[in-house]
Amino acid sequence: MESYLDNAATTRALASVKDVMNQVLTEDYGNPSSLHIKGMQAENYIKDAKETIAKSLKADPKEIIFTSGGTESNNMALIGAALANRRSGNHIITTRFEHASVLNPVLFLQEMGFRVTFLPVDAEGHVILAELEEALTDDTILVSVMHVNNEIGAVQDIKTISGIVKAKNPEILFHVDAIQSYGKYTICPKREGIDLLSVSGHKLHGPKGSGFLYVRDKVKIKPILYGGGQQKGMRSGTENVPAIAGLAEAVRVYYTDHEEKVNHMYELKARLLKGLSELPGVHVNGLPADGDIRKTAPHIVNIGFEGVRSEVLLHALEEKGVYVSSGSACSSNHPALSGTLQAIGVEQAMLDSAIRFSFSVYTTDEEVDYAAEQVKALVPMLRRYRRK
Amino acid sequence: MLYKAFLIKYAEIGLKGKNRWVFENALRDQIQFNLDRLGGFTVSREQGRIFVECPDGYDYEEAVAALQRVFGVSAICPVCVIDDRDWENVKVKVGDYVEAVYGTREFTFKVEAKRADKQYPVESPEICAGMGEYLLNRFSNMKVDVRNPQERITVEIRNKAYVYSEILPGPGGMPVGTGGKAMLLLSGGIDSPVAGYLAAKRGVTVEAVYFHAPPYTSERAKQKVVDLAKIISAYTGPMKLYVVNFTDPQLFIYEKCPHEQLTIIMRRYMMRIAEAFAKKDGCMALVTGESIGQVASQTLHSLYSTNAVCEMPVIRPVITFDKQEIVTIAQKINTYETSILPFEDCCTIFVAKHPVTKPILSIIERSEEKLGEEMEQLIETAIKTAEVITIEQ
Repeated sequence: MESYLDNAATTRALASVKDVMNQVLTEDYGNPSSLHIKGMQAENYIKDAKETIAKSLKADPKEIIFTSGGTESNNMALIGAALANRRSGNHIITTRFEHASVLNPVLFLQEMGFRVTFLPVDAEGHVILAELEEALTDDTILVSVMHVNNEIGAVQDIKTISGIVKAKNPEILFHVDAIQSYGKYTICPKREGIDLLSVSGHKLHGPKGSGFLYVRDKVKIKPILYGGGQQKGMRSGTENVPAIAGLAEAVRVYYTDHEEKVNHMYELKARLLKGLSELPGVHVNGLPADGDIRKTAPHIVNIGFEGVRSEVLLHALEEKGVYVSSGSACSSNHPALSGTLQAIGVEQAMLDSAIRFSFSVYTTDEEVDYAAEQVKALVPMLRRYRRK
Repeated sequence: MLYKAFLIKYAEIGLKGKNRWVFENALRDQIQFNLDRLGGFTVSREQGRIFVECPDGYDYEEAVAALQRVFGVSAICPVCVIDDRDWENVKVKVGDYVEAVYGTREFTFKVEAKRADKQYPVESPEICAGMGEYLLNRFSNMKVDVRNPQERITVEIRNKAYVYSEILPGPGGMPVGTGGKAMLLLSGGIDSPVAGYLAAKRGVTVEAVYFHAPPYTSERAKQKVVDLAKIISAYTGPMKLYVVNFTDPQLFIYEKCPHEQLTIIMRRYMMRIAEAFAKKDGCMALVTGESIGQVASQTLHSLYSTNAVCEMPVIRPVITFDKQEIVTIAQKINTYETSILPFEDCCTIFVAKHPVTKPILSIIERSEEKLGEEMEQLIETAIKTAEVITIEQ
C-alpha cells in the first residue's frame, strides 16, 4: 500500500488540472501578448484565472500577479515592497521561523542596509504580540508573517497582527506568506488588513511553477523582473498560461465544498494522533496547551519520536510505501536542524527526531491508519539501535 | 575541421617484449570502444603506433576527451591529412596548416620527415630542408632552430601526406583489460572512486561492490554510488556493480560485539563479502580506497586486522596519499562534486564516539566468535540477495 503524507511538500495535480494544461499547451498555445485570435484566447485564460482567484479572496482581479510560485511571490513582495518604500523608512519586521524564501530575501535586504527585527514565537508557534508592538517604530515600512507554519502547522492570528501594525502606522505594509494556508482557510485580505499575500499552486493540486502574489489596490511595490512589461510591468516574461490555467482550475476545485474538505483533513489529523497515542515517547510539536487541533492547520502534524532519528524513520517508512518529511522537505536537504523547532523551544535531543505528516483533501482514512500502523511497528525496532 | 585523424602514442607498451601485440591490440580495441559512441571512427594499428581516422563532421573536442580517457595513451597528435601528396601541393598545404594553427605567433621550429613510402620521389633530408625553406619564405614570424625548437612540425609520407605538430597529453597507464580483474569496494566517499580509477589505470578491469543499509542509508546514497561508478566507467569501461544490503549483518554486529569494535568488524565482513564476489567472477585482487591513518579503521593496526580475512591481495592505490592529493585526482576525474554530496553511508551510522584505533587481531577474532552460525547465514543471504547493476556510459 502507498500512503503519501507529504502534501505540505507538494501535492498530486488533479486530472482536470492536467487536462486544461494539456489543452493550453497543445491547442490554445498562443502568446497572450500576440494581437491575433490565438493571443486573445490565451489572454482569456489569464482573465478567467484572475477572476477565479480574486473571487476566492474576495479581491479584485487586477490585484493578482502571476508568478512562478511561492518563492518568487515572497521575493517580489519583500524586495519589491522594501525598494518601493525606501524613502518612508528602513526597518523590516519578520519572525524567527519563516520559510527560507522569506528569510533569505530579508537577509538580502539586511545586506543592502535595511534594519531587520526577527520576532520570537512562543511554544505553540505564535508571534508574541507584545514583542511586535515593541518592535514597531516610526521607521518600520514592512512586516512579514507566515500564516501557517510549514513545519508544525501553527496558525497566526493575522487579523490581530495586522491590527497592531496598522494601529502604529497604516502606511506600514503587511505581507502574509500564505503558501501553506491558502486553500485550507478562506482568506479575505481586505477584511484582515493584508497588503501582500503569497501563494503557491502546487500545494493545492495545481502545477509546480505556478503561483501568485496578491497586491492590494494602491499598494506600490517595485517589480523584481524587468523585460517586456507583461502584467502591467509588474512581472515581465511571457505569462505561463498553462500553469496559470492549471492553477485556476485547482483553486476552483479546492474552494468547492470547502468546509467539507477542511473538516476531512481535521478528522485525518485527529485520527493519526489517536492512532499514535498508544506509542510511548511521542511528542506532538506545536500542539496548543488545551490540545485543540482546530487551533492548528488541518493538514500538518509534526511529531517527535524519542530515541529515533527522523531520517532513519523516514527511510524505514519509505520502504513500507509511506512518504513523510523530516522537518520540512525544503530544509531537509540541508543537514542543519529545523529552525522552526528551535524557535518554538523543542529541546536539543528531540530536534533530530521530528517527522512531519501532511495530508491532502484526497488522503483517505485507510492511508492514515496504514501509516500509523507502520510507525507503531517501526519505532520500537529503531529504538533498539541507537548511536551510542 | 583542420584535423581528419589522430596519431596515438603510447609509452610503456613499447617496452614490452614478444607479447607486445597483446597490449597494442587491447589499446586499439579500447580506443575503438570509446570512440564508437561518437560515430564512425576507424582505428588501426600500424608500425608501432595507432592511427585514428575521423568521420566527416565529427566533434573534435568530444573525440579528444574520449581519447584522453583511454589508459595506455601517452599522447595524442591531431593530424592534418593531405590527400594529394604531390610535393609542391604538400608544401602549400603544410603552409596552410601552419598558418591555421599558429597564426602570427613568433616561434622557432624544425621540420621532421617520416618517409614511410620509400618510393616517394623526395627523400627525407630534402623534405626537411625544402619544407623549412618554404615556411621561412612564406612566414616572417618563424625561425629555424634544429637543436631546441619550440615546435616540431612532422611531415609523414604514406599513401597520403600527413602533417602534425601539436601534442595533447593522454592519461598514461596500461590499456584496461591487460591487467586482470579486481573487485573494488566502492563507497560514496572521495577515496574509493579514485582508487578504482588508479587500479584501472594499470590495465586492471574493475568490478565494484557497494554496501547499503536501508533505512539507515537512503536511496539517494545508493544513487550517488551508481553515479560515481558511471563517472569512473568512462575510464574503466562497462562495470559490474554489486549492491549488498548490509543492514541485518550490521545490526547483528551492533547487538553482539563491543561498540568500539563495530567499524573494524564491519569492515572485515565487507572484505569477506567482496572477496566472495571476487572469487565468483574470477578477480585476482580487491581494491580499496584506504589511506594510512585517515580514520580509525585505516590505521596500520586496523588495516592489519581487516587484511587478515582476505586471501587475495588487497590493492590500496591511495594508501600513502594525503587527503588533498586524493582530492586533486578526484577533481581531475570529475568524481569530487558527486562524492561530497551529503548522504550518510553505512560506515558512519552507528560509529562509536571513540572507536578502537589499535585493534588487536586476537581480540577482534574473539568478538567475532560471538556472532556464530547466525552471522554466517546473514552474510550468505546478503551475498545471495545482492543486486547486480551494469554500469556503462
